[in-house]
Amino acid sequence: MSGNQPHIAPIKLYLGVFATLIAGTWLTYWVALQDFGWLNTPLALLIAVVKATVVVLYFMHVRWQSKMTMVFAAAGFVWLLILFAFTLQDYFTRSWLPIYG
Amino acid sequence: MSSTVAPHAAAPRPDLPATDGHAVEPRENYLNVDYGWKSWLLSTDHKRIAVMYLITIMFMILVGGSFAILLRLELATPAGDLLQSETYNKIFTMHGVVMVFFFLIPGIPAVLGNFLVPIMIGAKDLAFPKINLLSYYIFLAGITLTLIAVAMGGVDTGWTFYTPYSSTYANSQVALAAIAVFVTGFSSILTGLNFIVTVHKMRAPGMTWFRLPLFIWAQYATSLIIMLGTPVIAITVALVGLERLFHIGIFDPTYGGDPVLFQHMFWFYSHPAVYIMILPAMGVMSELVTAFSKKRVFGYHIMAFSTLAIAVIGFFVWGHHLFVSGQSTYAGVMFSVITMLVAVPSAIKVFNWVSTMYRGDVWLTTPMCFAIAFLGLFTVGGLTGIFLGAMGFDIHVHDTYFVVAHFHYVMVGGMVTAFFGGIHFWWPKMFGRMYPENMGRISAAIIFIGFNLTFFPQFILGYMGMPRRYHFYPEEWQVLNVLSTAGATLLGTGYLLPMIYLPWSLKFGKVASKNPWGAKGLEWQIDSPPTTFNFDKVPIVTEEAYAYPEGSRHQREAEVV
Repeated sequence: MSGNQPHIAPIKLYLGVFATLIAGTWLTYWVALQDFGWLNTPLALLIAVVKATVVVLYFMHVRWQSKMTMVFAAAGFVWLLILFAFTLQDYFTRSWLPIYG
Repeated sequence: MSSTVAPHAAAPRPDLPATDGHAVEPRENYLNVDYGWKSWLLSTDHKRIAVMYLITIMFMILVGGSFAILLRLELATPAGDLLQSETYNKIFTMHGVVMVFFFLIPGIPAVLGNFLVPIMIGAKDLAFPKINLLSYYIFLAGITLTLIAVAMGGVDTGWTFYTPYSSTYANSQVALAAIAVFVTGFSSILTGLNFIVTVHKMRAPGMTWFRLPLFIWAQYATSLIIMLGTPVIAITVALVGLERLFHIGIFDPTYGGDPVLFQHMFWFYSHPAVYIMILPAMGVMSELVTAFSKKRVFGYHIMAFSTLAIAVIGFFVWGHHLFVSGQSTYAGVMFSVITMLVAVPSAIKVFNWVSTMYRGDVWLTTPMCFAIAFLGLFTVGGLTGIFLGAMGFDIHVHDTYFVVAHFHYVMVGGMVTAFFGGIHFWWPKMFGRMYPENMGRISAAIIFIGFNLTFFPQFILGYMGMPRRYHFYPEEWQVLNVLSTAGATLLGTGYLLPMIYLPWSLKFGKVASKNPWGAKGLEWQIDSPPTTFNFDKVPIVTEEAYAYPEGSRHQREAEVV
């Protein structure tokens, strides 16, 4: 939705978000008790990403906002990627050169 | 920039010239509209909140400055006589924490930004006045927590809270100080949010993006950095707190963590925070240089874009703080190269200010004296930053007084000088009174001389190898240290002078006219001090920013003849 009018969402939507989050939390708990090998962390992260997306798009109404608001919301995630990428470029290249002395 | 502002609806009076003291009772303005203490403490008027911020921040300068005096007194002699190592560690930490988080970061945005952002774009107030008041109280809460931490024995980790010392070993009030920084971050975030929405949504008709004064561009870019960076420092200090309490293993290798990760996360915010401090100062500079050269700024568009460029590139350089921390050499090279890139937009700004002054009607008022001081000091600070960005040289001077001198040249020589310049420039607008001009010039001169005497010897000391954060040193370094301490005394005097004559001028200063400097900009078209809602009628902007007459001074003089 664009313009200055607030988007009024039905209460059902909030209940849906709440249910998704609770279900996600239980799922995270269940996944933590199983052993999926190397998939353990990716699975936990996947559930967390889905929960965060639901919160941002529906609970925070970004889905109905102007393009500008979406750009600002996305910028936060882009900057998170910068933090990860530039920190990891240190960790991934540490072994390229031996430590002298 | 010109605009149409309607004549006053009630009690019209001619624009007052600067006359002595007891002139006509001024018409209703934001200061005399109400006098009760509640009308201040619960005010949502951006101007009153700015004044409350000003008083609070001045108090914090005195606190942080007192710590600085103790440090310089201790360093006047080679032996540790006034302070011993533990106390010294706490004093330099508290000096850093107070100055960085409670003065340098909020200084210009919270005081001048709060006062001027709505006025300069032709709005009645910020977009979220109540959130603005909330940000002030969150700021006060942060200060209170910090002062409690000081009273309970202080912190000794350095303002950077480096792990594993802060997370595992320090016995001082780290948790409390970390909570204070965490809380204060939210104050910044709310101010940044307010500025972004205000600039997007509340510009007056005709105030297009490229008619915005460069001060507004600077506040906008700063707000973007605040919004994108501050959450990371909040999370980082929260993790340090959790690590101390629950040993969760983020930074402590014993539990699978990595101390260098702290430095990555800390500097991801704290390096851009350097630009949170200096960009608003650059915005002030653009206003001062144009107003007192009576010339349109040289290269308006490139100035605006270089502001944004500094804000964005500033996020990719943090690794230059980690050259000797065990960061990979390849990452170091990458960060080093990007660091050099920041110099480009910064240099553009310096050259453009000088080009603006070239053949302008340069008027050496106090604010302009501060602006010229900024040019020299910031250039030295910025260029030594390029030295430090080069990995080889950094390994030689890392953690020495060279670094201390460098960042004081940028922060104190840059931000604080611009802050004082800006306060003098807009003082007549904020309070309707002129400050004593000669006293102002004298204080600017004392600050410039005192500053160089304090910090230039520190470049030499650092190059000779004197490490920072020690309370004693070999005797052969005493002469330079005594020079530095003598300079600090002079510098302190220079800063105290405005703190005396500015409050004095509130009662005894000459009454200021609407536009005592003959400057362009919406703020100079409304009353001094402004009314509660700034404009009686929404202004319509019809001209570019800084629409001073074109051509050089000589061309214009020739035209007049």
